[in-house]
Amino acid sequence: MLFDNILIYFVLIPMLMLAGVALCRNIKQIRAVAVVGSTALIALSVYLVADFLKAPVETAVDGMYHYSSWKWFTAQGLNINLTVGVDGVSVAMLLLSSIILFTGSFASWTIAQPKAFFLWLILLSIGVFGFFITIDLFAMFMFYEVALIPMYLLIGVWGSGNKNYSAMKLTLMLMGGSAFLMLGLIGIYYHSSADGHYTWNLLEIARNNAISTGWQYFLFPMTFVGFGVLGAMFPFHTWSPDGHASAPTAVSMLHAGVLMKLGGYGCFRVAMYLMPEAANDLAWIFLILTGISVVYGAFSACVQTDLKYINAYSSVSHCGLVLFAILMLNTTAMTGAVMQMLSHGLMTALFFALIGMIYGRTHTRDITKMGGMMKIMPYLAVCYVIAGMASLGLPGLSGFVAEMTIFVGSFQQGMADYLAGGGSLRLVFTIIACCSIVITAVYILRVVGKLLFGPVQDKHHLELTDATWWERLSTATLIVCVAAIGCFPNFFEHLIRGTFNPELFRAIAMNF
Amino acid sequence: MDYSQFLFMKQEIALLVVFLLVFFYDTFASKKALNALSGITCVLFGIYTVASFLPCVTGANATAFSGMYETSPIIAMIKNVLNVGVLIVLIQSVNWANNESTSVRRGEFYELLLVTLFGMYLMISARHFLLFIIGLESASLPLAAMVAFDKKRYESHEASIKYILTAVFSSAILMMGLSFVYGLSGSLYFSQVGGAIAAASSPMLICALAFVIAGVGFKLSLVPFHLWTADVYQGAPTPVTSYLSVISKGSAAFAFLVIMVQCFSAVYAQAWEWMLYALIILTITVGNLFAIRQRNMKRFLAFSSVSQAGYIMLGIIAMNAMGLAAMVYYILVYVFSNLAAFGVIQAIENNTGKVDMDDYRGLSKTNPKLSFAMMLAMFSLAGIPPFAGFFSKFFIFTSAINQGSIAIYVLVLIALINTIISLYYYLLVVKAMYISDEKPAIETFKSSFTDRLGLIVTVAGIILLGVVSVVYNHILTLAEHSSLF
Repeated sequence: MLFDNILIYFVLIPMLMLAGVALCRNIKQIRAVAVVGSTALIALSVYLVADFLKAPVETAVDGMYHYSSWKWFTAQGLNINLTVGVDGVSVAMLLLSSIILFTGSFASWTIAQPKAFFLWLILLSIGVFGFFITIDLFAMFMFYEVALIPMYLLIGVWGSGNKNYSAMKLTLMLMGGSAFLMLGLIGIYYHSSADGHYTWNLLEIARNNAISTGWQYFLFPMTFVGFGVLGAMFPFHTWSPDGHASAPTAVSMLHAGVLMKLGGYGCFRVAMYLMPEAANDLAWIFLILTGISVVYGAFSACVQTDLKYINAYSSVSHCGLVLFAILMLNTTAMTGAVMQMLSHGLMTALFFALIGMIYGRTHTRDITKMGGMMKIMPYLAVCYVIAGMASLGLPGLSGFVAEMTIFVGSFQQGMADYLAGGGSLRLVFTIIACCSIVITAVYILRVVGKLLFGPVQDKHHLELTDATWWERLSTATLIVCVAAIGCFPNFFEHLIRGTFNPELFRAIAMNF
Repeated sequence: MDYSQFLFMKQEIALLVVFLLVFFYDTFASKKALNALSGITCVLFGIYTVASFLPCVTGANATAFSGMYETSPIIAMIKNVLNVGVLIVLIQSVNWANNESTSVRRGEFYELLLVTLFGMYLMISARHFLLFIIGLESASLPLAAMVAFDKKRYESHEASIKYILTAVFSSAILMMGLSFVYGLSGSLYFSQVGGAIAAASSPMLICALAFVIAGVGFKLSLVPFHLWTADVYQGAPTPVTSYLSVISKGSAAFAFLVIMVQCFSAVYAQAWEWMLYALIILTITVGNLFAIRQRNMKRFLAFSSVSQAGYIMLGIIAMNAMGLAAMVYYILVYVFSNLAAFGVIQAIENNTGKVDMDDYRGLSKTNPKLSFAMMLAMFSLAGIPPFAGFFSKFFIFTSAINQGSIAIYVLVLIALINTIISLYYYLLVVKAMYISDEKPAIETFKSSFTDRLGLIVTVAGIILLGVVSVVYNHILTLAEHSSLF
């Protein structure tokens, strides 16, 4: 039965929210639906984490818990099932998504045209949740696209600045990526089995192991680039700064916090999991590209004056690090990559929430026109400092844990490669990528110094008020989560590490 | 001759009965009673549409008249798909048919429409080129009269002349090709042509194929035979345009698949695979690039339908049941999506007389429901999930790649990149309606009951046809049991 599986409720609850919001008459009811629904989602994902930690290993199918499969388009020749299942990484991602949806609802407490806004936002979240629970290529791709298209209207209608241009650019670039992705997925389907019983099921494809190396060389770049566009991989990252800068607060939060993770998640779940030979042989190309993302994104952030642009470029840099670490094909680095996804998701959502709140008061995001915020709105300013510290990797907060794990793993792998005579590319790029930590410190401290501690630029700013209760709730939740990862990294590491078990993940085993 | 063979033609006979009832009512009813004509036609055709889904109609698998005519479940299915489309067109046209200038002649409109539908049935079921030509002609010549239906509009006449000239010209080309086919094989029966051609691959065969493809290509408005499309779509009355764009195109696409599979499948790789590839790439790309610049909504949808025809053609490539099913399903989804778009255009045109995209600016503020329907139609045409268009595009690409060569991957990649271009111009409509800050050009109005009914049906179809997998599974099962392959 469909409803016996707990995972289905991650899609069902948002659907009920959708129906609920559609029936609402005023903003209060809409807020109530959004808050109740997203709280239910958090409760559900917390329960799932607890359940996952104590679930016996025998209940898992190839490392996937709560595995179920239902027939969908099953006439012969098109064996499409709706297959769900989660492992540690998906559970962590579901938790992240529900937290961001919860805080995002509070961050858009006073949005104009709330009904339409929440309808699109919830549709987007259906796509996100659906993507993380399914392990069937067709269903994953469908949910992936469901998550992309609401962005157009969310940015176009509720955005600011050059919104028409940004919305169109973002939509077309992401859908362009998914065009390559679709070809890659259909190609994988037709090579998924040696005996003609093709399947879209991730686990079965991996078990069949039937994609020839030649085809992998064609299909791997298709899927990796397809997902990589959403992961803001250089040179396909240009949608990200414009898109984030124009988007309304909650959309920036969800997009940078969760949607960009879809890219990184898809890269390892589909491209690298199914095509290990190509992942090992072609990693160097993408390693160079993502290495450039990491450093280039950080440098670009240094010269921006618009707060959202600074944060968007910093996202390019941090998400580049996710893909970079995945390509190391090493359990430690890949665990770090998922930690970085969680850490970046929470921290960047916090950043965008704060920027939205500051912008809502000052009506400018130009750091040259603002200053002395620590005096004017101390609560928001302190939160900003905490977010900044997390971003530049202060121990005790999430950024440190993630980056430390990534660089230790990468360096390990780089040295191993070098000593085994496999070239020094990984080592060199690890060292280059490490430099981004320093550059991150430069742009974070520059903003903190200028915006928070500098002299007050505009006398009118002195009359501004500090955060309201819903803003405090939204930011405090995120800070607690950021600190939780920073203080209890073992817990999250324990959750994630199982996925990158070389026995399950052939690409890693092949790398040794 | 065994007259009981006519009983195999259940759908044709039923349609004929509907036609005769409408015709006699139109001829003999009093002037006052004629006001009910639109309603009566809709109801009669509605009953027929529902009845034709009954298993006793669709179940049969038979050939009649020594193999000239064939029916099978999948053939009954495509006819039913067309019926559903025609029913929606009829419902949407009630408002237009009842207005002052057309109401005196609305009977003719319904009769001509039913006759052309009859012709399309024959095209689909024909297994002999003579019957095919009869079907083709009776499907296209009355359409010229329908295109010219707005007597007082200059554009309508211009469109009609353009349409009839291209229709006659394309028939001539097709018949030229058929004479070559006859010369090569000595027969006009599809099965015998198929058997005779298997052996020969000559320059004459290439000529024959080129002429046949060009002749049908005019009907389907494949590039480079599409030049009539935009002018005719713009000039014709909107119900006729929507009829042309979905029903006429859908039937021609299916007939094209049948001809290519039954007569020329033996020389697929040698003779016409590359022709089809070139046509598809040209059709999709040119249609998309021209659609970007259109400001008139009807011209815009004309070019969009040109490129959609290119996607429909992808269903032929696989030459198997999966491709056939994907094509029938694509046509079904396309009927719903395109008719939703035309329904909105018609409602706005009837109430305000405006058909430019610029007039749609800010429509979401004055007419939120209409703009919502239009947005869903655009998303479905662009292939955005969870709407039906996504599923039909995905299935047609999957069926095409089934063929397996590297060339097909390149072709599908080009088609996929084109979906991004098409997304751009479909989003332009959404942008005009939802994002533009300018003062709305169209005031709030209440659309009529029939307009709303048509839109509700199409929107429900767009939302349900994809996610509810029964429809596609059913079509695929029928296709697998067809005797085509």
